[in-house]
Amino acid sequence: MTDALTPELRLALVERLTALADDELILSHRDAEWVGHAPILEEDIALANIAQDELGHAGVWLSLRSALDGGSDPDTLAFRRGAHEYRCARLVELPRGDWAFTLTRQFLFDAHEAVWTDAARASTYAPLAEAVEKIVREERFHLQHTALWVERLGLGTEESRRRTQAALDELWPLAAQLFAPVPGEDALVAAGIVPDLAALRERWTTLVTAHLRKSGLNVPATPTQEPAPRTEHTEHLADLLREMQEVASQEEEGVLW
Amino acid sequence: MSAAPARRVWDALARVADPEIPVVNIVEMGIVRDVRVDGERAVVDMTPTFSACPALHVIRDAIAGAVRAEGLTPEVRTVLSPPWTTDWITEEARAKLETYGIAPPAPTGEGTLIQLEMAPPRCPRCGSFDTGIRNTFGSTLCKTLHVCHACGEPFEAFKSL
Repeated sequence: MTDALTPELRLALVERLTALADDELILSHRDAEWVGHAPILEEDIALANIAQDELGHAGVWLSLRSALDGGSDPDTLAFRRGAHEYRCARLVELPRGDWAFTLTRQFLFDAHEAVWTDAARASTYAPLAEAVEKIVREERFHLQHTALWVERLGLGTEESRRRTQAALDELWPLAAQLFAPVPGEDALVAAGIVPDLAALRERWTTLVTAHLRKSGLNVPATPTQEPAPRTEHTEHLADLLREMQEVASQEEEGVLW
Repeated sequence: MSAAPARRVWDALARVADPEIPVVNIVEMGIVRDVRVDGERAVVDMTPTFSACPALHVIRDAIAGAVRAEGLTPEVRTVLSPPWTTDWITEEARAKLETYGIAPPAPTGEGTLIQLEMAPPRCPRCGSFDTGIRNTFGSTLCKTLHVCHACGEPFEAFKSL
């Protein structure tokens, strides 16, 4: 099946899968920073669940990549790459901030992942279509949960609304990067392998805008600037990786226990 | 290739308990998808319930162990397609879940994968549908947390997936 892909398509698909995996892996790490610190126990559990799901999805994307790039090892990619080799979006790199920032970011990301995976069910690349068929079923629980939180925070107290609006104002322009194509993506879209990001962006905007307004929040203006390429990161990514890779970096060969 | 040894492996796998919900086994949970026996070799296809389920490697090892106990050499393969759904949980297993205190999953419907609300499950203790959700996430990835307004008891429900 992978033989059907030209080398160019294969390369582009590796780029897209790496972007998907890195977004989930880094966001998962940021969410996991709340374990033991969330405002209430139920939410500690919920966010840990979401982080675990996203980590599982990162594993799925990296396994798909492995079948295309000659057998890379997902653990090695997660724990041995430097910041310049990561392809995550800036949105997921930013420190976790306050509760409103974390949940608003997760909501915007979940809505993106839900529309992307839903559309990718029609992929002509069977391994991708099969994998998203599974992921889309899990994502729906995230979106329900984070949508409720955005509503609760937006319609809550004056302070919760102020914090959520501030988070939205900071995150909104960054979300555009999630819909920016990776090198070679046009050919992938033409071959029906991945969904067209422009169409998804429209669907995403309609979905989140309606919910944000219902939650009493002002939707910021759509950014006109081109988003940064996924090769350029904020200074926060290197710090995050230093912590995430600290144990692995002390063992050249890695250990099993 | 013969059916009898495969039947024996299926029976052995039906004695492997789900590591997170030990009242049900991995066959009635729909985790084991196929068994093929060829001479001394047994190939077992299993499918993950959730992509990030931490019990996966435990289940994989338990399958290999059960096959070896039948005197066969195991090969355990993970398949993603078709994706696991709670509709594959047998009627018997649903009854066991309810007795155990976990509301069994409702049948899944197609075409509503992106939705913002879920239907209330029936309380596994008193049978009332007057229940409220406390948390869309629970002690494991596959469960949600609810409270029954009729009997006042909290309970877990299996997510419909």
